[in-house]
Amino acid sequence: MNTSSAAIEAVAIGKDFGSFTALDDISMTINPGEFVTLLGPSGSGKTTFLMILSGFEQATRGSLLIDGMDRTLSPAEARGFGMVFQGYALFPHMTVEENIAFPLKVQKRSAAQIKSRVAEMIELVGLAGHGHKKPTGLSGGQQQRVALARALAYEPPVLLLDEPFSALDKNLRGQMQEEMRRIHARMGTTFVFVTHDQSEALALSSRIAIFNHGRLQQIATPTEVYERPANRFVAEFLGEINVMPASFTSGMAQVGGISLPLPGPAEGATHLAVRPEKMTLLTGADATAMPCKVTDRIYMGATSRLLLESTTDATPLVLDQPTADLPDGVQPGRQIWVRWAPTDSLIF
Amino acid sequence: MSRTLLIAPLLLFLGVTYLVPLAGVLLQSVTVPEPGLQNYQEVLGDPLVWSVIWRTLRICLFVTVLATVLAYPLTMLWVRGRRPVQIVVELCIMIPFWLSVLSRTFGWLSMLSNRGLLNTWLKDLGIIDMSLTMVRNDFGVIVGMVHFLIPFAVFPLASAMRNMDERVLMAARGIGASRFRVFWQIFVPMTWGGIMGAALLVFVFSIGFYVVPTLLGGGRSVMIAELIYLRIFQIPDWGIAAALSALIMVAVGGFLVTIIRRTGVGSQ
Ligand SMILES: Nc1ncnc2c1ncn2[C@@H]1O[C@H](COP(=O)(O)OP(=O)(O)O)[C@@H](O)[C@H]1O
Ligand SMILES: [Mg+2]
Repeated sequence: MNTSSAAIEAVAIGKDFGSFTALDDISMTINPGEFVTLLGPSGSGKTTFLMILSGFEQATRGSLLIDGMDRTLSPAEARGFGMVFQGYALFPHMTVEENIAFPLKVQKRSAAQIKSRVAEMIELVGLAGHGHKKPTGLSGGQQQRVALARALAYEPPVLLLDEPFSALDKNLRGQMQEEMRRIHARMGTTFVFVTHDQSEALALSSRIAIFNHGRLQQIATPTEVYERPANRFVAEFLGEINVMPASFTSGMAQVGGISLPLPGPAEGATHLAVRPEKMTLLTGADATAMPCKVTDRIYMGATSRLLLESTTDATPLVLDQPTADLPDGVQPGRQIWVRWAPTDSLIF
Repeated sequence: MSRTLLIAPLLLFLGVTYLVPLAGVLLQSVTVPEPGLQNYQEVLGDPLVWSVIWRTLRICLFVTVLATVLAYPLTMLWVRGRRPVQIVVELCIMIPFWLSVLSRTFGWLSMLSNRGLLNTWLKDLGIIDMSLTMVRNDFGVIVGMVHFLIPFAVFPLASAMRNMDERVLMAARGIGASRFRVFWQIFVPMTWGGIMGAALLVFVFSIGFYVVPTLLGGGRSVMIAELIYLRIFQIPDWGIAAALSALIMVAVGGFLVTIIRRTGVGSQ
């Protein structure tokens, strides 16, 4: 089941609603067969960008190339991308089978072809036995699968998904994410997936595009956006991070009373940041470790979280440690030291 | 409890003004001129009554279909058209709604009669030589009734169209379905509840029409309400008129209950 998949190139896309700029200067290239996630807080312009990719909305500025051809002005009908809408948008008067068959009928496939393809899709998304039900008789997760099956049935070159899992509970979400990976691997279609959930984005994507206030902050692999965020917004949006005021002089950073070598240039930077899991805890003094006071210790099962305050400037920090590795003596009020590899320092 | 108290005056008002006369009608149908079921016997055995009932049904069904079908595109323009179109359509729906049925019917009379505007224009343009007969027959009655009832069909349709999830239509378009297919296979089926509601409302209203058939039918296209009027004021035969009214009420009521049960209109 290998389908043709398309490459998309957005060049300086902008979108205004009246005087409000919803998107500004978005450029990105999406390669055939990629799984790109658009990640950002609510209102950051993810849906708007997806609508421009699909052709339901027209960009105010910029251009859109699909497989190298300028398609900026072509309508949704002409692009033929598969789309899974927020809220699923199933045809309420049709059964599951009829929903999935609809795009195949539009393509005028033979009755026998339609029948076998519908059966295949129902199998693929795990809805066997539900084919004759109407959407209202299905759970949220099942409706989600129907929407996915309907969008994939006619082998579109690109599948666009707008927060498809936002209505599902946590367990089902995890299960659907796994299935999504499996289906993507099997179909080979280009996926553009919208979410505001960073762990979902990290788990699923080949690359993540991070949006904020209608601007693209960074587009890179999950590891890169997490480990090497382009700016403070990206760093903070992708998970817990300790951001400390710092001053920088000739290749060194002064932070929390210690001096550390810098991983790179720090022109105009004011802060140094480190992910909590990159920090190690020391119970004895060390010239390269930052002195801190424990303010709280939170048991979270396999790991425990320490809330700290740097002794020199009272910057709050968090530190996650495997519970088993944490000495019992590390309790609120206790003085400790934290250390991290200079290469794990991020500078903003 | 307090809610019941608040609506109690309304219930009382409805009871006195609606149920009491209704009971009176039912009572008369079995007591005037003497107790017994002879009024019903006579009504049901009268071929004239049957021919009026069939004509009424025929006209009302025709009017129902026509008014609903014509209201459908009008409602689409009203709900989904561009802003200026919406305003024009809204005026076209609301203005006739505020005019009395009498003035609207006279309007149609002067438009459609043998020496009316339409015939004059058609003759002036040389399209016809002889006047077309457009009043004093079913045609005139149907035109007048449809025109009056279209706004009533618009409202249930509008509510169905407004409640529709736009994304469902986008989903169909995105799949590559033609406008024709999106309309017939997605849009129309999704408004099915509104269509049934509109048809039901129009049908029930149309059964009781009096002014339009009387004026535009000119005594030749008699419908059931006019027949009842004739029995009361011209014969006068109150018992028969009451029995006729009671029969219509039961028939329409039974019809409504069946349709609502079958289609679930109103519960949607
Ligand atoms: N049709 C529209 N008219 C006016 N403003 C809009 C419209 N669609 C979206 N917006 C605005 O554009 C911004 C981005 O919206 P959206 O793309 O839906 O964000 P997201 O999907 O990331 O939550 C929001 O501030 C939203 O209010
Ligand atoms: Mg959105």
